[in-house]
Amino acid sequence: MPEAVLKISHLTKRFDDQTVLDDLSLEVREGETVVIVGPSGCGKSTLLRCVNALEDIQGGEIRIRGEEIRHDGKNLPEMRRKVGMVFQNYELFPHLTVIENILLAPVKAQKRRREEVRAEAMELLERVGLKEKADSLPRQLSGGQKQRVAIVRALCVHPDILLFDEVTAALDPEMVREVLDVIIGLAERGKTMLIVTHEMSFARAVADRIILLSDCRILEESSPEEFFTAPKTEQAKKFLQSFEFRRSR
Amino acid sequence: MPDLGLEVLWKGRNFIRLLEGLWTALRISLVSALISILAGILLGVLAGRKRSVFRFILRGWLAVIHIMPQMVLLFLMYFGTSRAFGWNLSGEASAIIVFSLWGTAEMGDLVRGAVGSVPVIQRESAEALGLKPPQVYLMIILPQAVRRLIPQAINLVTRMIKTTSLVTLIGVVEILKVAQQIIEANRRASPNAAFGVYLTVFVMYYLACRPLTLMSKQLEKHWR
Ligand SMILES: Nc1ncnc2c1ncn2[C@@H]1O[C@H](COP(=O)(O)OP(=O)(O)O)[C@@H](O)[C@H]1O
Ligand SMILES: [Mg+2]
Repeated sequence: MPEAVLKISHLTKRFDDQTVLDDLSLEVREGETVVIVGPSGCGKSTLLRCVNALEDIQGGEIRIRGEEIRHDGKNLPEMRRKVGMVFQNYELFPHLTVIENILLAPVKAQKRRREEVRAEAMELLERVGLKEKADSLPRQLSGGQKQRVAIVRALCVHPDILLFDEVTAALDPEMVREVLDVIIGLAERGKTMLIVTHEMSFARAVADRIILLSDCRILEESSPEEFFTAPKTEQAKKFLQSFEFRRSR
Repeated sequence: MPDLGLEVLWKGRNFIRLLEGLWTALRISLVSALISILAGILLGVLAGRKRSVFRFILRGWLAVIHIMPQMVLLFLMYFGTSRAFGWNLSGEASAIIVFSLWGTAEMGDLVRGAVGSVPVIQRESAEALGLKPPQVYLMIILPQAVRRLIPQAINLVTRMIKTTSLVTLIGVVEILKVAQQIIEANRRASPNAAFGVYLTVFVMYYLACRPLTLMSKQLEKHWR
């Protein structure tokens, strides 16, 4: 069995006295794509933010390939490079061009050779169809293009695991597909990923495992087939029904 | 065409004297602006940090500066200190001190606001890439803050240049004072000189401030 790239054990996260995640444990293994679904406000974003230590945690531990990552830990920048994050609103740096956005962390933080990273970045940009946008500024791109750049930027740091937090939620519908296709391509090439999404058909296609988060914990964990055709819990059935439309005639 | 009394400008050194007056005004405001910008950046960055005493210092300082008319501060610095402490500050030194106190407070507030206006998630996005905190500050936060800051800072400098007209009241001979002297001296020969001379002063102020506002507009367009 492949080793766990991400191992979350007994994670507890509170904001003041509101418990958002309660004694949550989860593993993501090498090459695996795990999709997290759940009602809005159930703590999906918070979970991802804990994984790259943007949030402090009140209990439990999070390990990346056996090494603990903590909000107040030493080597935090180094540990964070093992975790790539793609945000809902892209969060490209508006004052830097596309290629500068991508090169910043590999060159300044990882001290890799600019030319080498540039070659890699250009190849990835070409793969996502944005090679000719390398010298554009973020504001000159559409939402879907920005999000593909953000994915390339995260990839160029060579993280052990990639986190996606509702990366198509801010996009116009016609741009959703171009971004999701890129992520499916990453899954096919065996990237290790933890994905939060509300796109159910995408979740079904991309996931090796689906996790339903609700009431501060993991309610259900199953294969996509099982989750979508024979959900085990009442909550999962309810949740899936919330995506269906019906009209009484 | 009405007689604007422009001919007095060409009498003797009058025009040169006006330029010298303009230079005095500009010297006071530019030295003050330089001090304000440097001290203001320091103050603003320090005040922008969480739980910083500088936040309270800046707030108190701003409150005083906003309430006090600049003229009162000038009088206090020029006349007041010589009586109370026996200091013998020149008019120009007093003016520079007062303008720097004013400018540092405003600039500090502008810097604090500009740094604070960069969304938290921009910082988080940079941290998530594994950049170290000083790199995040220098490469992500400050460049975005500076873009918001520069138009406001230029606006502050032009306001300073305009406000130098007050320093005649503490005996500094700047452009407006020179203008009055010229008009006074030519009251008989060119009774209409007032219009022409003040018009010239107006044009000179305009030409001094215009490049700054143009630069500000240009930068804003460039960064849009
Ligand atoms: N910085 C914060 N301070 C206080 N409460 C927060 C903060 N961030 C999130 N929360 C709360 O935590 C809960 C989970 O939020 P979130 O993780 O964003 O949910 P989701 O991504 O699943 O929609 C929500 O109730 C939200 O109000
Ligand atoms: Mg969320």
